[in-house]
Amino acid sequence: MTATSDREQMAYVSAQAADARVNVELDTGDMTLNIGPQHPATHGTLRIACQLDGEQVVVAEPIMGYMHRGYEKLCEVRTYPQCTTLINRIDWLGSFANEVPFILAAERLMEVEAPPRAQWIRTILFELSRIANVALFLGDMGVQIGALTPVFFAFRDRERVLNQIEEVTGGRFHPNFDRIGGLKDDIPKGWIEETRSVMVKMRTFCDEMEDLLVGNEIFQARCRGVGVIPPEVALGYGLSGANLRASGVDWDLRRDANPGLSWDQVDWRVWTHPDGDSFSRYWVRLQETREATRIVDQLLDGIPSGPIMAKVPRIIKVPAGEAYISTENPLGEMGYYIVSKGDLGPFRVKIRTPSFNNISIVPWVMRGVYVPDVITILGSLYFILGDIDR
Amino acid sequence: MTTLLALPYWQETGIKLGLALAVIPTTSLILVYLFLFKMMAFMQSRLGPNDTGPYGTLQLIAEAIKFLQKEDIHPEQADRRVFRMAPVVVLASTFLLYVVLPAGPDAVVENLDTGVFYAMAVSSLSVLGILMAGWASANKYALLGGLRAAGQLIAYELPLILAVMGVVIQAETLNLQGIVEAQATGEIFGFGAIGNPFILTQFLAFLIFMIAAQAELTQTPFDMPVAETELVGGFHIEYTGFRFLLFFMAEFGTAFAFAALASVMFLGGWWIPGFDVDDNILNVLGPGVMLAKILLVAFFIFWVRFTYPRLREDQLQKFAWKVLIPLSLANIVLTGIFKVVF
Repeated sequence: MTATSDREQMAYVSAQAADARVNVELDTGDMTLNIGPQHPATHGTLRIACQLDGEQVVVAEPIMGYMHRGYEKLCEVRTYPQCTTLINRIDWLGSFANEVPFILAAERLMEVEAPPRAQWIRTILFELSRIANVALFLGDMGVQIGALTPVFFAFRDRERVLNQIEEVTGGRFHPNFDRIGGLKDDIPKGWIEETRSVMVKMRTFCDEMEDLLVGNEIFQARCRGVGVIPPEVALGYGLSGANLRASGVDWDLRRDANPGLSWDQVDWRVWTHPDGDSFSRYWVRLQETREATRIVDQLLDGIPSGPIMAKVPRIIKVPAGEAYISTENPLGEMGYYIVSKGDLGPFRVKIRTPSFNNISIVPWVMRGVYVPDVITILGSLYFILGDIDR
Repeated sequence: MTTLLALPYWQETGIKLGLALAVIPTTSLILVYLFLFKMMAFMQSRLGPNDTGPYGTLQLIAEAIKFLQKEDIHPEQADRRVFRMAPVVVLASTFLLYVVLPAGPDAVVENLDTGVFYAMAVSSLSVLGILMAGWASANKYALLGGLRAAGQLIAYELPLILAVMGVVIQAETLNLQGIVEAQATGEIFGFGAIGNPFILTQFLAFLIFMIAAQAELTQTPFDMPVAETELVGGFHIEYTGFRFLLFFMAEFGTAFAFAALASVMFLGGWWIPGFDVDDNILNVLGPGVMLAKILLVAFFIFWVRFTYPRLREDQLQKFAWKVLIPLSLANIVLTGIFKVVF
């Protein structure tokens, strides 16, 4: 080694040492910020432990389980009809939709099929609970970004849909209406016309949301290009529902794996968006709400006549076997894996809830975003706490 | 300037102090009731308070009593002295703003020759209080909120002052009374019946002033320092009871003061067309005219607040430095050229 290179080497080393000193002096260290479990943006008790560098997120880790209620275990000590009371409360905003896959799985084990009229009314109520659920998201996304007004519109108009659900089932939130082999009751008189007018109002509501939020420049500035999830990552993390479709994956269980409801009887389409950002997740849900009102309209036109209950024994015993049925719930794919040993109640129930998978992408999607974007992304992923922890 | 009553200095000061103490809570209550309770409810298609008293007006008193009852809690790690002082500092900046707001030829607490300069200077005092609150609370959300507030208020101070410069150049005075007189005696192409409200010639400055004021008041779309859904209230997250009420009053009191500044500088202030500028009757009618104009301006402030979502911190800074400040500089240049030419 020559003298010059020695000198260069020395200069390099001392420069590095100086850099290191500056770095140590300027290094402010990461700050840990717990978003939740008591935080308005987590609407419930989700906790996101964020490592922050200034306002930038280094690592964000969702910590679940604050609201674990042990439904899978509780189902094991209940009879099949009793289980629906529990599973109503998993995704509490769209509770009728929770019952359907469970009942369908039990029906498959028993080899019973609900009569056509029951299937149609099931599908209508399913779509109504989707509208009631997603309408709240459409307004709530505004609150996450700071616009207070849309959520009040959402609460106002969701009430109309809840009224329709209540008129049939007797329950606003927890209908507990689905039975193995059919439904508890028929629809009341005059309900079809009322529901039709409510659907018109919900379409107006969607137009309002489009005016208030989708077309708003600040909303677009906050949501476009924020929290982009490419399709392969979305598939890899097991995302489902509108979150997956917003990443451009054309996948909808209502069309692809219809387990015995009436979606194949009507004309509708699956909406996708190529961008995969927060904005596209909002946009896809908005279009799906519109589409759902159209599905309900068409279903209302053609409800077949007949009984609403198939012939099932008074005391339901499900034969031994295993069945997994999943449906496209408001939040995504929701499925029940029922293992029966031929008793009054299930031996084991595994509940696959969409929010659990949807929220598990948080560490991936929240690297390097700013704190305000954490809230936007959380809002646009749209989870229900009960659906994560069950 | 003629004085209405010849009083010794200390009596005059006493009256003015009492008036200011009465006016500030009243004005913020008016704004809270009219806009936060009633207009917001109307826009969001809900009822708002309507049971307590006629049209729910007594709800305000119920709210005030609620705040007074609450326990005064300090976080354990908080720097207590600074924590207690912060709301007072913020409210003091609001009080100081009211000193120069004119409501008539003589109806002003202190007719300062550099009124505009003074108002701009004391309005930025609130940053200090907010930073104190954010730092002393020993809470990470409060700290983030305080830092955001500091960055934001400093960034928007500039366009605010630069926008006002246009008015000052046109009126050739820093005195707020002088600005009102300049508008009252001004003419639009020789037509002087309604004077020359500077909103006509300084419309760009008015827009910049209103946007910057929105940011100064930390109202949506510039409410990142409080941001309920992400920072859960930001710098005032740890405050309870009366100390929170002080922040709350300062927020609405400052909104009122900024609306008053806007109506003095751009909408002609207390002057009524058809009267002489120093007519004594304006001391009685002026406050009413001012109140009407203030409520009009405040309506726009709150309308925007209830309508828009919130920007992100970096987008807000970009908007201030890349759009508002160049625009307000251009406005000053234009005003200067017109001043020289005409």
